Amino acid sequence: MLGRLKQKLIHTRTTFEEKFDELLKSGKNREEILDQLTETLILADVGIHTTEKIIHSLREKSKKGDSIPQLQKLLYQEIYNILSPHSSSPNINHSSAVLMAVGVNGGGKTTSLAKLGYHYQMEGKSLMMVAADTYRAAAQEQLSLWGHKLNIPVIKGQYGADPASVIYDALHSFKSRNYDLLLVDTAGRIHTNVNLMNELEKIRRVTSKEISGAPHEVLLILDASIGQNALVQAKEFLKFSGLTGIFLTKLDGTAKGGSVISIADELKLPIKFIGVGEEEKDMMRFDPKEFANALLS
Amino acid sequence: MLQQLSNRLQKTLKYLRGEGKITEKNMTEALRMMRMAFLEADVNYRVVKDFEKRIKEKALHREVLESLTAAQQVIKIIREELTSILGKESQELKFTSPPPSVFMLVGLQGSGKTTTCGKLARWVLNSQKKPLMVSFDLKRPAAQDQLKMITQQLNIPFYEFSKKQLGSPRKALQDVVEYSKKKGFDPCIVDTAGRLHVDEELMKELRMTKDVLNPSEVMYVGDAMTGQDAVKSAQLFEEKVGLTSVILTKLDGDARGGAALSVVSVLGKPIKFVGTGEKFDKFEAFHPERMASRILGMGDMLSLIEKAEQKADMKETEELARNLRKQEFNLQDFKKQLGQFKKMGSLSQFMSMLPQGGPFKNLNKVNIDDKKVFHYEAIINSMTIKERINPKIINGRRRLRIARGSGRPVFEVNQLLKQYFEMKKMMKKSNFQKLISSFPSSH
Ligand SMILES: Nc1nc2c(ncn2[C@@H]2O[C@H](COP(=O)(O)OP(=O)(O)OP(=O)(O)O)[C@@H](O)[C@H]2O)c(=O)[nH]1
Ligand SMILES: [Mg+2]
Repeated sequence: MLGRLKQKLIHTRTTFEEKFDELLKSGKNREEILDQLTETLILADVGIHTTEKIIHSLREKSKKGDSIPQLQKLLYQEIYNILSPHSSSPNINHSSAVLMAVGVNGGGKTTSLAKLGYHYQMEGKSLMMVAADTYRAAAQEQLSLWGHKLNIPVIKGQYGADPASVIYDALHSFKSRNYDLLLVDTAGRIHTNVNLMNELEKIRRVTSKEISGAPHEVLLILDASIGQNALVQAKEFLKFSGLTGIFLTKLDGTAKGGSVISIADELKLPIKFIGVGEEEKDMMRFDPKEFANALLS
Repeated sequence: MLQQLSNRLQKTLKYLRGEGKITEKNMTEALRMMRMAFLEADVNYRVVKDFEKRIKEKALHREVLESLTAAQQVIKIIREELTSILGKESQELKFTSPPPSVFMLVGLQGSGKTTTCGKLARWVLNSQKKPLMVSFDLKRPAAQDQLKMITQQLNIPFYEFSKKQLGSPRKALQDVVEYSKKKGFDPCIVDTAGRLHVDEELMKELRMTKDVLNPSEVMYVGDAMTGQDAVKSAQLFEEKVGLTSVILTKLDGDARGGAALSVVSVLGKPIKFVGTGEKFDKFEAFHPERMASRILGMGDMLSLIEKAEQKADMKETEELARNLRKQEFNLQDFKKQLGQFKKMGSLSQFMSMLPQGGPFKNLNKVNIDDKKVFHYEAIINSMTIKERINPKIINGRRRLRIARGSGRPVFEVNQLLKQYFEMKKMMKKSNFQKLISSFPSSH
């Protein structure tokens, strides 16, 4: 799995060490190295705020004459420390677990949900999916096609129907069939749209009424190419739908997804999965080490 | 984040205010602050550096006009430069003669191409054109269905490829052009598969599509929320496919949209439209000055007023304005105002469009959460008319009754009243009335 990510990232890879070597050869001092690191972090969408925080901490922890490998190790450590403390194993290892995908339009909710379906199916769970996007054209068909491909039953709704009622129906058939896991696909929504955000709150309420403790996982599906708005989105979705973690998509592109660092730092939200392609297999558990490495490459 | 950005700019302004002459030294701090604002807005790091250099040169070599302070000079230069990079004015679509013209939309996955195709078709429909829609996205599950459903909603013809046609894509595309010519369709709007720009295969497919169709517009559809990667994506599409213009989507969110500056800087191609919502009428011509304000975070008064013009009920606004002028702002008005905020989009969006300083400074302290608008409405609905007109009479017992009636906690009723009184006080003091009364009158 890790090999695949590396392979997918290979085209942009001038390694971090190489960059440091360049610096070493050109005889730059610590400040110049820190400048270079600032640029790297900002270009990875870490954001000016978090970047300055990290660089500040690097300056504190390093000494003027520190060797490049020492600085390098410190930076890895810094990023790793922000990303790793939040447990990343999903809380669905019990019967009647409900996992819901939320996020802005086009982030990859439907595709990521299919990937999760495939993943848990492989682990031997019995599961079904519900297409609660009753708004976007062909959203129902899109999830159905995935269900067909993966052989996972999909509960559909009518276009224009209240998504909460579609989910309500799905929860009933889910309970009666005694399946392990229900995956809920929701419509994409921009977090500034109050009505749509309230709708999420309602969905949550309905779900927890039917199965106590549900939804057990609410994942924000976040496109790696999103910049500083990612943190704002995470905050809003957290407020309305009670996020339990992040699923970072489209890491097979050149975007580094550094915005999740400030999300982990400020909101203490764990990053749980990453998406690295369009197929059902193109998903991995988030690994802070691997991520930090890719971010700095 | 918004708050931060605006605060920063306010600081910049304050810093610049009062300085009489632009010097290397006072530029440095101002430019640093501008850099921060840009980076928070997601303008690409290298684009920011470049921009900074240009401003520096311009500012130092500019003759100082007597009528302007140094501060105003620098801001003028930043705005000018930003606006001129973003484009001079909103640009028209390019059609070919003889018809049919072909518009091809390309971009990353999830950027909003398919929805934008629908919006574009609706747009040209308004200028008496006869569009035909085609989806050449053969990869994503239900992509064809999605565009087809959109054409049904908009009542626009959809060209459906047969299985056999897709056996030879080149021929299939030629068929589309032939068909358009025969049936008099113009333009032919082509949706394409979104894929990452690192996907060589797709790029080749797009190139082939372009070569066959010879489109007059190859429009890059980019997401306004995009971060630093915006530059790379746009550049690669330009290099591998060749673009004529840009459409920026999802501007209805609160992203500052620095990607607009990044993309235009590296492409040198104009942004023609922006998408501002999921509905097909949420599509506007691009306005460089507004985008400049948004990226700079200085409060987009223009678009605020325009929005209010379109959405607010003129009569209600009039009445509200009259009451405000008379200083008789009661809860009935408060409720109307909440209703109008709702029509204009979210309250926080509204607030963020106001400049953070001057007359509006205290307004931000009236911190009304978007969700609360609904709760507040419920609370006011549970009041008697008498209470609404004269809120002073609302004592403890009444508060309790109102809370029960609206299903909201008492503290929220208290909070509402407190905010109402605060707002009323502020309106007396501030120029908020000026804003309200600047809304056009219906009489
Ligand atoms: N390359 C790549 N593409 C992805 C990934 N995840 C999703 N996509 C693609 O992104 C596009 C949008 O994905 P969807 O799953 O439809 O996104 P969504 O969030 O459900 O979209 P809406 O329901 O319209 O809001 C599709 O073309 C997917 O194939 C990923 O990890 N890598
Ligand atoms: Mg979807």
